Amino acid sequence: MGSRALEIEGVHKVFTRKNRLKQHRPFSRREKERVVALKRIDLVVERGEVFGVLGPNGSGKSTLIRLVSTLLLPDNGAIRVFGHDVEKDPFAVKRMINRVSVDAAFFKKFSPMENLLYAARLYGMAASDARPKMRSIMTRLGLKESTFHQPMEHMSRGMQQKVAVARGFLTSPILLLLDEPTTGLDPHSKRDVQAFIREIRQEHDATVLLTSHDMQEADRLCDRIAIIDEGAIVALDTPENLKAMVPAQNGDPASLEDVFIELTGRGFEAAEAQEEAS
Amino acid sequence: MTGFVREMRGAYAFVERNVNLIKRYWGWEVVWLIYSLVNSLAVTYIGAGMEQISGQPLDTQYLITYLLVGTLIWQYLSVIFYAISEMIAWERWEGTIEYTFMAPVSRPTHLVGTTLFAIGYGIVRTLVILAIVAAFFQLDLRGANLGGAVLMLLAGSVSFVGLGILAAVLPLLYPERGAQMTNAVAAILLLISGVYYPVETLPAWLQSIAAMSPATYVIRSMRACLLQGAPTTSLLPTTATLIGAGVGVITIGLLIFRRVEIYAKRSGRLKRSG
Repeated sequence: MGSRALEIEGVHKVFTRKNRLKQHRPFSRREKERVVALKRIDLVVERGEVFGVLGPNGSGKSTLIRLVSTLLLPDNGAIRVFGHDVEKDPFAVKRMINRVSVDAAFFKKFSPMENLLYAARLYGMAASDARPKMRSIMTRLGLKESTFHQPMEHMSRGMQQKVAVARGFLTSPILLLLDEPTTGLDPHSKRDVQAFIREIRQEHDATVLLTSHDMQEADRLCDRIAIIDEGAIVALDTPENLKAMVPAQNGDPASLEDVFIELTGRGFEAAEAQEEAS
Repeated sequence: MTGFVREMRGAYAFVERNVNLIKRYWGWEVVWLIYSLVNSLAVTYIGAGMEQISGQPLDTQYLITYLLVGTLIWQYLSVIFYAISEMIAWERWEGTIEYTFMAPVSRPTHLVGTTLFAIGYGIVRTLVILAIVAAFFQLDLRGANLGGAVLMLLAGSVSFVGLGILAAVLPLLYPERGAQMTNAVAAILLLISGVYYPVETLPAWLQSIAAMSPATYVIRSMRACLLQGAPTTSLLPTTATLIGAGVGVITIGLLIFRRVEIYAKRSGRLKRSG
């Protein structure tokens, strides 16, 4: 297996939305609107790296993760996971990856054990191997044994997200795609998840592609960071080098937020508001 | 681990998931069973009351059995159809579709698991309805070819698996309305397939469409087995045709499903939940 976990070459993605010209009229004419989600993205993630993709909501981070996950197909360009093309050899890619997304999508009436066992079977795991592993990961993430068999719908958002993280790790992926895994979590849960990501990286030789709009999280966890805005990468380097691009403000060292403002000419919140408005 | 074992584990995931869904949504299951049961009884009582309705002497027992066979076979075939067509709809409703499509499990494996569950579930459900309905009517199945009936039922299942796959494409294409569209497909099959009346009653143009519905042949042959005691040998040509057509529809269904899955991945339709 090569040293490159992920290679993204010239990936371009456009979505087409149909908008009715006259709202609430069933047969009214529709106009098509093209939304450019990613603009000719080039990226290489080395094996064993924790690579961050930092950008406001709507900047294209989740689209990038979905493309690597084989859930979307690029309009142009190529994506390879450990040398396997996601379009030509999707099953080889699927066996090497797993994903944790911001929305903890589960069968809500099932228990964590039932949901995780379903996921394990889909990845070809035997129940006898999966069950102890499920318990071990959930315990490590701070979930109590008493919650393992209660319906997911009775669990808090933070607990559901921890089960989602457990599902992501259960299949021992060698490329883990974390799409804002700590968004909406309380500080304690956030720390648990972040500690687990560090542990996985150290103990299991996993490569992590992490998207976030939490600047501090990206700064703490990532070896390198790509800053993405309006579908384009505007900077890519280590957190230290990125921060070194911007002069210190009033004697304080620059933050990644300062880097974002310097590169895009607007603050993170302003960028999110602009994306949402468009 | 061999590929076969891995695929079988994947297929079993769908069986177990669907059994768990029944357990967790047991209230819906009871309501749906009562609805189906009452529907079967209501239709069969039309036969029981036909002599009074028409004022003419009629073979009421024959009419009752005729309608009962139609309604029970339709219950079974529609369960197969819905269980398979909902293999995507359930994932849409629960929001898990991306996780299932991201897993290294092939669509034929997905289908095998869903089909095994659908056939088992369809048989159990139909037997429960039959047992209850039999308590209401004096069923006379002396001289019926029960073995032939089972053969026809299994042969018909193959075609309905194919139709289910074709219908499962709709929730993939139309996240918000796709599941409802499958109801329209089932309603059309009910109209044209001679479930409650002979196909010959329909206008000529509908009869030509009925000739394309596998349910038409299943129900006609089932009635021949159960009402006239038709021998199994006379059913073999229809059985072979049904299985052949079923394999053809499954193949076409899988090919269309694959094309639509690629389209859904190009256009981003997997993301939205219905």
